[in-house]
Amino acid sequence: MALKMVKGSIDRMFDKNLQDLVRGIRNHKEDEAKYISQCIDEIKQELKQDNIAVKANAVCKLTYLQMLGYDISWAAFNIIEVMSASKFTFKRVGYLAASQCFHEGTDVIMLTTNQIRKDLSSPNQYDTGVALTGLSCFVTPDLARDLANDIMTLMSHTKPYIRKKAVLIMYKVFLKYPESLRPAFPRLKEKLEDPDPGVQSAAVNVICELARRNPKNYLSLAPLFFKLMTSSTNNWVLIKIIKLFGALTPLEPRLGKKLIEPLTNLIHSTSAMSLLYECVNTVIAVLISLSSGMPNHSASIQLCVQKLRILIEDSDQNLKYLGLLAMSKILKTHPKSVQSHKDLILQCLDDKDESIRLRALDLLYGMVSKKNLMEIVKKLMIHVDKAEGTTYRDELLTKIIDICSQANYQYITNFEWYISILVELTRLEGTRHGHLIAAQMLDVAIRVKAIRKFAVSQMAMLLDNAHLIASNTQRNGICEVLYAAAWICGEFSEHLQEPHQTLEAMLRPKVTTLPGHIQAVYVQNMVKLYASILQQKEQSEEKEGAQEITQMMIDRLPQFVQSADLEVQERASCILQLIKYIQKLQTKEVPVAEEVIALFAGELNPVAPKAQKKVPVPEGLDLDAWINEPPSDSDSEDEKPKTIFHDEEQRHSKHRQPEIDEEELARRREARKQEQANNPFYIKSSPSPQKRYQDTPGVEHIPVVQIDLSVPLKVPGIPMSDQYVKLEEERRHKQKLEKDKKKKKQKKEKKGKHRRHNSLHTESDEDIAPAQQVDIITEEMPENALPSDEDDKDPNDPYKALDIDLDKPLADSEKLPVQRHRNAETPKSPEKEEIPVIEKKSKKPKKKEKKHKEKEREKEKKKEKGKDKKKSSKHKKKKHKKEKEEKSKDKKKSKKKKHPSEDEQVETIQNGTLDDEPLPPMSSYCLLAENSFIKMTYDIQGNLQKDSQVTVSVIFENKSGSFLKSMELNVLDSLNTKMARPEDASVHDGVPVPFQLPPGISNEAQFVFTVQSIIMAQKLKGTLSFIVKNDEGSTHEKLDFKLHFSCTSYLITTPCYSDAFAKLLESGELSMNSIKVDGISISFQHLLAKICFHHHFSVVERVDSCASMYSRSIQGHHVCLLVKKGENSVSVDGKCSDSTLLSNLLDEMRETLAKC
Amino acid sequence: MIKFFLMVNKQGQTRLSRYYEHVEINKRTILEADVIKTCLSRSKEQCSFIEYKDFKLIYRQYAALFIVVGINDTENEMAVYEFIHNFVEVLDMYFSRVSELDIMFNLDKVHIILDEMVLNGCIVETNKTRILAPLLILDKMAES
Repeated sequence: MALKMVKGSIDRMFDKNLQDLVRGIRNHKEDEAKYISQCIDEIKQELKQDNIAVKANAVCKLTYLQMLGYDISWAAFNIIEVMSASKFTFKRVGYLAASQCFHEGTDVIMLTTNQIRKDLSSPNQYDTGVALTGLSCFVTPDLARDLANDIMTLMSHTKPYIRKKAVLIMYKVFLKYPESLRPAFPRLKEKLEDPDPGVQSAAVNVICELARRNPKNYLSLAPLFFKLMTSSTNNWVLIKIIKLFGALTPLEPRLGKKLIEPLTNLIHSTSAMSLLYECVNTVIAVLISLSSGMPNHSASIQLCVQKLRILIEDSDQNLKYLGLLAMSKILKTHPKSVQSHKDLILQCLDDKDESIRLRALDLLYGMVSKKNLMEIVKKLMIHVDKAEGTTYRDELLTKIIDICSQANYQYITNFEWYISILVELTRLEGTRHGHLIAAQMLDVAIRVKAIRKFAVSQMAMLLDNAHLIASNTQRNGICEVLYAAAWICGEFSEHLQEPHQTLEAMLRPKVTTLPGHIQAVYVQNMVKLYASILQQKEQSEEKEGAQEITQMMIDRLPQFVQSADLEVQERASCILQLIKYIQKLQTKEVPVAEEVIALFAGELNPVAPKAQKKVPVPEGLDLDAWINEPPSDSDSEDEKPKTIFHDEEQRHSKHRQPEIDEEELARRREARKQEQANNPFYIKSSPSPQKRYQDTPGVEHIPVVQIDLSVPLKVPGIPMSDQYVKLEEERRHKQKLEKDKKKKKQKKEKKGKHRRHNSLHTESDEDIAPAQQVDIITEEMPENALPSDEDDKDPNDPYKALDIDLDKPLADSEKLPVQRHRNAETPKSPEKEEIPVIEKKSKKPKKKEKKHKEKEREKEKKKEKGKDKKKSSKHKKKKHKKEKEEKSKDKKKSKKKKHPSEDEQVETIQNGTLDDEPLPPMSSYCLLAENSFIKMTYDIQGNLQKDSQVTVSVIFENKSGSFLKSMELNVLDSLNTKMARPEDASVHDGVPVPFQLPPGISNEAQFVFTVQSIIMAQKLKGTLSFIVKNDEGSTHEKLDFKLHFSCTSYLITTPCYSDAFAKLLESGELSMNSIKVDGISISFQHLLAKICFHHHFSVVERVDSCASMYSRSIQGHHVCLLVKKGENSVSVDGKCSDSTLLSNLLDEMRETLAKC
Repeated sequence: MIKFFLMVNKQGQTRLSRYYEHVEINKRTILEADVIKTCLSRSKEQCSFIEYKDFKLIYRQYAALFIVVGINDTENEMAVYEFIHNFVEVLDMYFSRVSELDIMFNLDKVHIILDEMVLNGCIVETNKTRILAPLLILDKMAES
């Protein structure tokens, strides 16, 4: 028996294959882990054998175990052994195992290089294939570098099977070894037109993936893709191409115009839903990119929306989901077209699938109007009641609040209704969003004055029913609303019907079970209530009543004094003492109400979040200047108290600093008072700030119209929002009837077109007048606040958009791979050279876009001009006219631009401002030269396509009243830096500026320079020659300049991921240098923004006042910075592949920082 | 791009896994368990797309077996959904009425099929005969 068992186990040891293993695991369900560990032991034995077949079998089993979650990295070496087997069946097993478990960190991987190379060049196409497949999973930077060339040759293999795989693997190689992209790109491009559709599809896949990360380098391929799109019938390929176009159109709006037609054709013709969906998506992307200043494409939008409707109506849930997903994209730009399908989307809210409901909820946000808000919210409220899962219900709750509060409560016509909705929401069990509801209650009650009375009555009810809300600890989240309720009742206690009852509700012992911060608010607001009750009683001369209420406070407050929460305890004991004192006065029959009320006098107005920043700095106030003498070490500390306790310490101070006499101090004090008087935010000693509030016209001049409410205010019991819906309907109906009457009258008066226009207008929801003329109180701004919004939108600064927000996470579209890919082919086609221009434009504000388009048109015209120089002068005259027209348009536009900024300001005052902290506008353009005729400013940008080129953009501004023409720019080339001239020109010829300048106009031209070494800054002397033409005739003028190529101008802003950054630093190949600059006063964020903007860096990581930054030169030098801000200084540690470059860069940076 | 391709049965046992971006082995098990839990929690009336962390899951159920594909936002959800069916059809053709056991016992072959169809996270081949061509040649080699 025992012998049999031993024999059996030996048999199994040699025979157990994958099938046996799988079967074994199935038969050992109870002790699977034990069985597997036994198997692993066997496998270890098998791996020790020399027989490759046994080893392969073992590795095959290991692959299966790896899938089950067992680590097999210990067998890495054995896997390599099997990979190098000569027999294909074994080799395949080895590669499969490798592809499943090898990764960049596997150290034995470097042993495989030669084996893989051998397999790649094997005459057997399947050997090659399996090696390629495996490589795609575990290629490392080293492997990529070593094998890039082999794989590249395989891209031209005779067998399409290999070509296809090689093309796809190249993508991974590019990622791991970016330097390979340039050499491989021509071949990759070639494969787009490969006779084999599989290879073609592979190439499309790779380029799509590359272009997604960095679309602008692939714009030049657009015509080729366009051809493919119109000729290909393979849906998989079409989907990819169309997706690629979606990424390209934002960069090149002209492409979008071309795309609309073929895409709409596809939408009409295709039966594949996936393709339809992709087309619709791209059409949407195109329309978004075109939405700025294109004739309306309402037909295309209509088509998309229609098709999406079909998807949403489909019984297939997947199509429904996708339809809604795409719809939300349209919603952002064309809300009107989506709104017409409201019915359908509301229907989706009832769907069984939560993901579909959530999608539909997203859409709701954009479809509400004044007209339908109540109806939609009512529907959502029903869903809230029905919802099973808390997550979905919480989602609904936040959506309801989002929808109602959006755009400053724009769509709410009846705030009573909204308050009752909020109160209804408090009945939700177990929600996490109590604080959201509370915040809304506070916001509405504070900002909508007319609603306060109603709000207070509702909140009093909430406080009265607090036991319902706070009874269950599980419902903890919702008790947050009591915070709001208590505050509102306290602050606006004058509106309370029965303050006594509310006060009692707040003093219940149950309150002590609430969270501390809520109790604290309770305690504080009790006193407010108490004060107003006291006043009431004293006025009606109910002395007993007043004393009773005081007694109640004294009786009940101790329960809060005993609170474990420090805040509650402190407030309660403080207030208890106060009230005891009041009681004393009361027994002496001294009226106290006025004084107690005075504690809480004045109104708290909402303050705009930006208010503090907008306080203007008074003239002559230098915040950085020393208030006293510059610090003479330790003395400075003693000096501060001196200014306050002047008399006591006088002797003392004289003793130490005899030079400061009393006169001097008095003078200083006077000066400081003056400063304080000018500072609206300095709290002056008298009159008290709160009283001052009342005195200043600040509150009064806020236009609050108190209107008689048409709806009865007293609602017994807990309010039902539904009743408001009915009331609202009636009210609207009445309104409509009235309007109709008016309209009829108007109709009689007006005829034809007017009538139609009128009838259309009544349909829109703008006509619904709100039930209460509720003014939303503006958030307060300091008097004579700086109109910084206007500053933000300075129409004269077209580079505003270049401001970089450092805190914003990189959006997907912004994310670029660590290394920039460059096109290998760089023919001097005009199209290519335009690419950076276009890119730049897209960054500029939309307003400017039109202007630039005109410029572009002008440029094109010039090109045409160059082509047909022989054409008659008549033609020229025409052109001239056109230009004049354009000019006048430009002027009109610039006039127009000023007006909106004023309007906008008015708007922001109404709605409160919520913008982010503004960065000062920055311009990278610096002065090149200037005389009485012309001013030149310039900026230098590295060229992405070529590693030895930079583009110099020069803005020419005509300052004279004359016409400037025949401008020609010439520089003296140095050995290192040369200007790119037309092919037939000699080195001494200038480059013509491609435009003329009418008086007062400025325009930008770009010149390309080739640079050999970029590690040193360069200066080139040059001359601009031009002809000045005016009424008196024309003269020839010259202007000399020096073009300064700083090292910074060779850097290209390149985002870098932090892990790649860390690797770079670890590599130890970088040399180090550092600088330190003192006297820096600007904020760290601004400092970083400056470095990013002026020195073309990007922030990798920022922690407090320390940031790491990265940039890359056009020749591929890595530059890493560590910027640290001390109190008044900044230190910059740099690491760079080239030490000279680094020291030059740091010197330049020192100059920039010194200016800060 | 496809991030991973999984075949998991209702009991949560992985039958096939292929990652196109490296994921650590212990994280794989956690991910797989979580993914199947998410899929199982959904009814047949619900759509086959799940927003999961920073990517999307597309799944289809065949008897007790779930096929789940993780994709990033550059992939067309519907296309992947159709691709899963295409993959199953290929398996069906090769194994003639494929079952979970076929996949378990012939894991390496299923991998070959998958590798022919998806390479580097891209769908590269959907033609059934072309997908199966290398595998059939391999079978012939094994027989001889």
